[in-house]
Amino acid sequence: MARRNAPEINAGSMADIAFLLLIFFLVTTTMDVDTGLTRKLPPPLEDPTMDPPEVKQRNVFQVLVNANDELLVEGEPMLVSNLREEAKKFIIGDPTFSDPEMPEGKMTEVPVLGNRMVSKQIISLQNDRGTSYEMYIKVQNELAGAYSEVRDEFAQKEFGKPMIRLEKEAESSKKAEMQVDAVKAVYPQRISEAEPKNVGE
Amino acid sequence: MSKFKKKKDGGQPAISTASLPDIVFMLLFFFMVTTVMREVTLKVKVVTPKATEVNKLERKSLVSYIYIGEPVDRLQGQFGTAPRIQLNDAFATKNDIFQFVEAEREETNPAEVPLMTFSLKVDKDAEMGIVTDVKQELRKANALKINYSTGKTDKIVD
Repeated sequence: MARRNAPEINAGSMADIAFLLLIFFLVTTTMDVDTGLTRKLPPPLEDPTMDPPEVKQRNVFQVLVNANDELLVEGEPMLVSNLREEAKKFIIGDPTFSDPEMPEGKMTEVPVLGNRMVSKQIISLQNDRGTSYEMYIKVQNELAGAYSEVRDEFAQKEFGKPMIRLEKEAESSKKAEMQVDAVKAVYPQRISEAEPKNVGE
Repeated sequence: MSKFKKKKDGGQPAISTASLPDIVFMLLFFFMVTTVMREVTLKVKVVTPKATEVNKLERKSLVSYIYIGEPVDRLQGQFGTAPRIQLNDAFATKNDIFQFVEAEREETNPAEVPLMTFSLKVDKDAEMGIVTDVKQELRKANALKINYSTGKTDKIVD
């Protein structure tokens, strides 16, 4: 009783089928990584009638954007490309904190570095309801860029490493984490957004 | 017909293509695993602006999207060209946002609710009025972690 061998199935078309599926997935795949500017909104006001805390004029860097996408920075018209430099000057401020045009200092306890004077800077951003979103993002981007450049320079000076490397090391090292906290404590990112005005409509 | 003579023996043997399916399958699995199917059909046109100081958005499962832009051409006859908000698959008004946030929270593991991010995918030509309204609604709903979706570029132009 010799059993006949079953004939082998021809697998030649397997590749074609697999290719077909492959091309389908190739076409539908979107490899985009979502990127963006991450922000934290202020918590809702408990009492809307309460007046906002008073802030001294010299501590505030005022940025206004109107409905025609024009910038007014500290009362002067400006281009977006100059905003970063100006914001950096303001964030760093005066090392002795005596210039009446620049923000005041406040004695603060900073991790690693101990007690030191920290600038009371605040950047106030106000836009119109007619401002384009593109302009708003540009301004946000430049302000964020100013902070990150200032922090970078400070981290380089104090710890000999740029911020990006410190942050990477902070995942594994306690020391680097403290250093990151120190840099953030010396130059905290304070961007305050006022409710937009509705003018020019 | 001697032009089509059989090749003489002793020529190069044909390359075996038996492993071709394996290679193709390997690629296929790679793409199957990496593919993320788009969950919503966009009803608004969104071209995000570009920025330089971008972060990557991590933990996609904790990200909810809010789209703002003008309706796609097909729907412009019905809805006009003024920018609108889209939540999930439908147009919405700013009053729907509170509910949307609550619904998204329901679907998320309670321990991870504080990590939820709302990503605003806004067209660059949209005006800030509508974006501000959305932000105010998010504040009311206590959804404070937001992300302005932007592309990456090397330089900002005026």
